Amino acid sequence: MTDQKSTIVEIRNVYKSYHRQSLIVPVLYDITFDIVEGEFLALMGPSGSGKTTLLNLIAGIDKIDKGTIRVGDVDITTLSETELAHWRANHVGFIFQFYNLIPVLKAIENVELPLHLTSLSKKERHLHAEMALTMVGLAHRMDHYPGEMSGGEQQRVAIARAIVTDPTILVADEPTGDLDRVSAEEILSMIERLNAEMGKTIIMVTHDPRAAQRAKILRHLDKGYLNDDASQNPL
Amino acid sequence: MMLLKILFRNAFHNKLRSSLTILGIAVAILAFGLLRTVISSWYSGVEAASTTRLVTRNAISIIFPLPIAYQEKIRQIAGVKTVSYGNWFGGVYIEEKNFFPNFCVDPKTYFQLYPEFVLDLLQQKAFLADRKGFVAGRKLADRFSWKIGDTVTLKGTIYLGNWDFVLRGIYHGRDETIDETQFFFHWNYLNEVIKKRSPNWADKVGFYMIGISRPDIAPDVALAIDNAFKNSLAETLTETEKAFNQGFIAMSGAIVTAIQMVSFVVIFIIMAVVANTMAMTTRERTGDYSIIKTLGFGAKDITILIFGESLVITATGCIIGVILTFPAAKAFGHSLANYFPVFLVSAETIYYDIAAAFLIAVLAAIIPTRHAIRIRIAAGLRRIG
Repeated sequence: MTDQKSTIVEIRNVYKSYHRQSLIVPVLYDITFDIVEGEFLALMGPSGSGKTTLLNLIAGIDKIDKGTIRVGDVDITTLSETELAHWRANHVGFIFQFYNLIPVLKAIENVELPLHLTSLSKKERHLHAEMALTMVGLAHRMDHYPGEMSGGEQQRVAIARAIVTDPTILVADEPTGDLDRVSAEEILSMIERLNAEMGKTIIMVTHDPRAAQRAKILRHLDKGYLNDDASQNPL
Repeated sequence: MMLLKILFRNAFHNKLRSSLTILGIAVAILAFGLLRTVISSWYSGVEAASTTRLVTRNAISIIFPLPIAYQEKIRQIAGVKTVSYGNWFGGVYIEEKNFFPNFCVDPKTYFQLYPEFVLDLLQQKAFLADRKGFVAGRKLADRFSWKIGDTVTLKGTIYLGNWDFVLRGIYHGRDETIDETQFFFHWNYLNEVIKKRSPNWADKVGFYMIGISRPDIAPDVALAIDNAFKNSLAETLTETEKAFNQGFIAMSGAIVTAIQMVSFVVIFIIMAVVANTMAMTTRERTGDYSIIKTLGFGAKDITILIFGESLVITATGCIIGVILTFPAAKAFGHSLANYFPVFLVSAETIYYDIAAAFLIAVLAAIIPTRHAIRIRIAAGLRRIG
């Protein structure tokens, strides 16, 4: 199935290290792999293996030391900060472990926020945001602030915010890490549906095997190295 | 629009902290406004000075008198329209704490030179007709509940003894910037008594007030007057009323400078307080700003959010401070009416308040904004959780 689809993310010989005072701490070594369109990839590995760093690099919120990352037709490693911000706004949807909603904005306003960088009118923005909230089953909570919602509901609002711009890829960093089991299952089902029904390319970082089971492809990172070739999820 | 919504809500998200910061700014703006008003009140005499009035005094010092005979000679100098004269009397009403300025003047000419002192025509006539008559400012008469016809006794400190006067007129200022706390009586009344007591001190005046036809001839007229009395026993120094009044202010220059310094220290302290609040706020919202940047918003948007929040907080404090300045100045002016007969919050003071608030907002936001812009998104996101 995936063989027929084109490559959406192309990662070549990527190296990344962090500078801590005078120390240079290597995080990723020579990472090379592709992600095809419509793939649901789970990046697994123990804490400190570099999986979140790799996700940040693919999403364009961090800079590589060496190598290239192409997303679609764009080599994002050559973009300036401003170009990268513009690119992220158009091509990436983000789901984080701690939801990362703006606490002073209502659910509908949080979902509308990324649409302010588009040319949509106020009415269109509201309509799109309402639609996204309906898709995650939270139309009735649109006027509530994040603090008035449960963790699961907040993560659903975050998902609505991630999909409202119809991005090229969705990145999820431990999306169930802060949720109880029931809420986690709900969120994973939702992410799964986004991939299966809407064909969204999803890259999910997790160290939870239950979450990883939902992905189609698993990749393992260990101490900054990509451990193996992509394995089809046995489930 | 959404950024505006965020910055306004952020500004009041932590209600206690925002309220305390706003209160601090309001108090600082109030203090700053009052101190600026004290300074401008100090200069109110200078501001109220006319450009067509000159003051001639003894060249050695104001405390030395000039002969009354100079009057005619001055009157003959080209450009001179009116010549009046007077003496500082230095009388005390009941006790020293009741201080108010009191002068003996030439009743015929003095009020002609001061059209800003508005005196009813009948009262003016009554004042002229009564050698023991005096005219008081409205605020002064109100302060001691004096009525027309009342006899008021001043205790002389320069011209010793008790001096009885009868209130014949109450003037009021042409506008609210005019001092209404002065006391004027007949120079002749004083001179006649001095003639009897110590004739050597008679027929002397402390100063001449000279009305000229145009402001631009003031330097020439002043020079002509001083030249006319060169090499005499009492040489003169003539200057514009404004320069004369400024000379008095200069004597208390150190106090004015100290007040100015304190007003700037107040602003500096509150600037540090607001900067601290903004730094705490920005640190607290590092995650939010990182999310906003993640979604594709840029440095400009982060700058709007932080500067905007700082401006909202300081502007709110400034508005409250400015509103409070007016009743506070009224109360302050009332309790210190002896020292500041005109204590009005000027438009200039309000502009200073606004400028100070704007400065606080901008300076307090610079470092937090720089920090929020420069922090890497990944590092900012790590702070959440």
